[in-house]
Amino acid sequence: MNEDLLRVEDVAIEFRVHDSVVRAVDGVSFRVRPGSTVAIVGESGSGKSVVSQAILGILPKTARIAQGRILFADPKAPGGSIDIARLDPRGERMRKLRAAGISIVFQEPMTSLSPVHTVGDQVGEALALHEALQPAELAARVEDMLARVGFPDPRKAAASYPFELSGGLRQRAVIAMALICRPSLVIADEPTTALDVTIQAQILKLLKDLQASLGMAVMLITHDLGVVANMADEVVVMYRGRVMESGTRDDLLRRPRHPYLKALLRAVPRFDMKPDERLTPLREIRPETGHLLAAREEWPAGADEAGPLLRVEGLTRSFLVRKGGFFEKRTETRFLAVDDVSFELRRGECLGLVGESGCGKTTVSKMVLRALSPDSGKVLFNDRGRVRDVHAMGPEELFSFRRRIQFIFQDPYSSLNPRMTVAESIGEPLVIHGIGDEAWRREMIAELMKLVGLDARWAGRYPHSFSGGQRQRIGIARALALKPDILLCDEPVSALDVSIQAQILNLLKDLKQQLGLTYLFVSHNLAVVDYIADRIAVMCRGRLVEVAPREALFRRPVHPYTRALLAAVPDPDPDRRLDLGALMEGRASVPAAWPMPFRLDGTEQAGLVDLGDGHRVRARRGATAADILSGRAA
Amino acid sequence: MIAYLARRLLVMVPTLLAISAIVFFIIQLPPGDYLSTMVEELLAQGEKPDGERIAMLREQFGLDRTPLEQYLHWVAGLAVGDLGWSFEYNLPVSQVVGEKLVMSFLLAFAATLLTYAIAFPIGIYSAVRQYSIGDYALTFVGFIGLATPSFLIALVVLHFSNAWFGTPVGGLYHPEHAEAPMSWAKLGSVLSHIWIPIVIIGLSSTAEMIRQLRANLLDELQRPYVVTGRAKGLTERRLLFKYPLRMALNPFIADIGSILPKLISGSAIVGVVLSLPTNGPMLLRALQSKDMYLAGSFLMIEAVLVVLGILISDIALALLDPRIRLGAGSEK
Repeated sequence: MNEDLLRVEDVAIEFRVHDSVVRAVDGVSFRVRPGSTVAIVGESGSGKSVVSQAILGILPKTARIAQGRILFADPKAPGGSIDIARLDPRGERMRKLRAAGISIVFQEPMTSLSPVHTVGDQVGEALALHEALQPAELAARVEDMLARVGFPDPRKAAASYPFELSGGLRQRAVIAMALICRPSLVIADEPTTALDVTIQAQILKLLKDLQASLGMAVMLITHDLGVVANMADEVVVMYRGRVMESGTRDDLLRRPRHPYLKALLRAVPRFDMKPDERLTPLREIRPETGHLLAAREEWPAGADEAGPLLRVEGLTRSFLVRKGGFFEKRTETRFLAVDDVSFELRRGECLGLVGESGCGKTTVSKMVLRALSPDSGKVLFNDRGRVRDVHAMGPEELFSFRRRIQFIFQDPYSSLNPRMTVAESIGEPLVIHGIGDEAWRREMIAELMKLVGLDARWAGRYPHSFSGGQRQRIGIARALALKPDILLCDEPVSALDVSIQAQILNLLKDLKQQLGLTYLFVSHNLAVVDYIADRIAVMCRGRLVEVAPREALFRRPVHPYTRALLAAVPDPDPDRRLDLGALMEGRASVPAAWPMPFRLDGTEQAGLVDLGDGHRVRARRGATAADILSGRAA
Repeated sequence: MIAYLARRLLVMVPTLLAISAIVFFIIQLPPGDYLSTMVEELLAQGEKPDGERIAMLREQFGLDRTPLEQYLHWVAGLAVGDLGWSFEYNLPVSQVVGEKLVMSFLLAFAATLLTYAIAFPIGIYSAVRQYSIGDYALTFVGFIGLATPSFLIALVVLHFSNAWFGTPVGGLYHPEHAEAPMSWAKLGSVLSHIWIPIVIIGLSSTAEMIRQLRANLLDELQRPYVVTGRAKGLTERRLLFKYPLRMALNPFIADIGSILPKLISGSAIVGVVLSLPTNGPMLLRALQSKDMYLAGSFLMIEAVLVVLGILISDIALALLDPRIRLGAGSEK
């Protein structure tokens, strides 16, 4: 077929903001051919989602299509193409087009589903709307679709509510909802951004398989160049409402011409980076230390002999989970969130703690901070030669310990008090600990802001006038105010755009060197951890499964979970596509499905086996390093 | 389900006991009792009270016993359904209250229905057409309603109906039916009178409910699942009723607990202004004259209704919202 399914021609979209008009999309043109996948790539604010909303006629009330045509040639309704831009978005023709002709998969499966209606109801709704079907026929079609997207028991799935499903299954339900009417075009708006990497790989595979069997075209909206390399036939790169560059995937990713795309590609952390290679953010920050920050308490000679800076020994923590209905008897089960986790954090290193959501990595970091107490286990902190158990400290000792370890949060929006100025936020730790007088604090705040590349004249502003990346830097400045030894970073860049992520990662790297900091870096993103960490610890289901120096872990991963995790990360290099067939069908994080000698089914004894050079892996008791390396069962 | 109900009902016992103790304690707080209040009133009127008769009454009413004894006597009575004796009416409390209960209930029920009937369409309109001229106009009227005390509106209505129609609006029926048993004529008289308090009491909570519904609905309207529904091709009306409106209802169902007691006590001050034969003015009078068993038992009836209302709203919420019914894994 040579006719295009969708042709977007010179489209501009304007938003009314108070009394002025902002052009969010300006002169965008691209096309989607039947059955192909077109990726629209851009960072937040590039207008990529707005374009997709315009195609479906679901723009917010304040927005309007100012110019251009959106031509959709529905093969199911022959007779030329329709200009969507000229349809009444609330009119009947637009409504008929939705779901049946064009449908959408949103980013957040939890919020894009109604919590009080069953999955079957919501999936079948569009079908009932567009086709006159008997209830039994409708139910059969819904179950057929749910089976296609991979629900093992479609009938049960149809009767369940979204909150009863896991994140991956929820997104499958959303995909079923989008495909139930067999549309010719599916818009997937960041369909995997909210998911873990292994789940992401499964959903991407599902989308590809469904596309092959149902023959629909996919318009994939994403910021992840790795996803693009694995999914797209053609790519459109957007920046600030305009198309920067477009073309076939191979052409674009191998030979980017536009400086923006080149810069974006240089900002993505990759596995094959050289040891001293730096990411190139769009704007680099050069941290500067003033005389207040530079003056650091010297580490006494011989203090390191007392042990590593932080040693975690056998941390275990379980939570009580209440299950069961409102009217039925409730059952309480204990859920082991963290199971016998031990590791050490050496002075001056960055230890990456990696795992998927729910693996217990945040629980561990909270226990290190003593924001949560463990059921058993110790957190030993080497305070300049004196080793103290963090969880046995008295109130005063704990108060002074707080100065030694500080926290950087994931979400730069909710971690700053919107009613406090930047200076108040950054200076608060100093006030709490009664450090310095008014003038000293003012100077310190100015120095801290300079350190993270913020203009000290902005000290009186409130957080809402800063971007996400700037807010994250305010958070970093606040964490550094007390001159801590350890920074605990919990997913500090996962809410940020790629180019900002590169900037923050570089800043953290520089700060670590200049201020002699030690990091515990918690993340789900292996490429990010690869870039910043010296050693990496991998967690799965509350257990530490593998600890190794960075190069060893990436060069020679031993544990099946680590391998699955590494295999699931999409690489922006089109020559290194994901082996979607090799995924363990979501069983990589099921300890009972691991091959011997790693298999854990609840009865066996297991521990970390030393493979030499600081590389340790969790296996059944009795397994030796030689067994594991040769791949033999214990 | 049965085990759950049994547990909830059992928990009510200590709750109600605690409430009874507090109620009794507060009624006892002002100095004196019903008889000393009566003696003072007599003295004020220049009459000389009969000391012997007072002493006899005091013994008869049990007012010479210690407060603790009085409390235990009252609570023991409540437990078997005996609400005590009203000093002022010289009747069992159940009779005093019961007579007015039907009227109060009728009035409040109609007023509540009116509130819903007006508030829902306006609230939905205001939310869906946010910042339209209609929204601003209704919001303006709503704020006036919110800011004007209902007894003031009652006084205004009282004045104008008298000045324009020459009819006295006080009470729920014409004075000639006051002592008469229920008849068609009396019912007709009730119907011609009752709409005024219904409108006044009903309107008083309408403005508040409009604002609440508007706010709830505005929150829900911008949720992603609304866009999902729109992207499926649902009409705006079906979309609104199926998803956001359903979600915006939860707070109103949770409110049943406070609606039930309102049904029997009504708004006391409006009741006084319009001299309605409802329970509100009676409670006020009982508290003033220290008719302690009447006041106490009446307050206990309200307390029981609050506790039952909360139970009913909990069950209704669970039936309506699967997240509550199926327990979305609460962690501790």
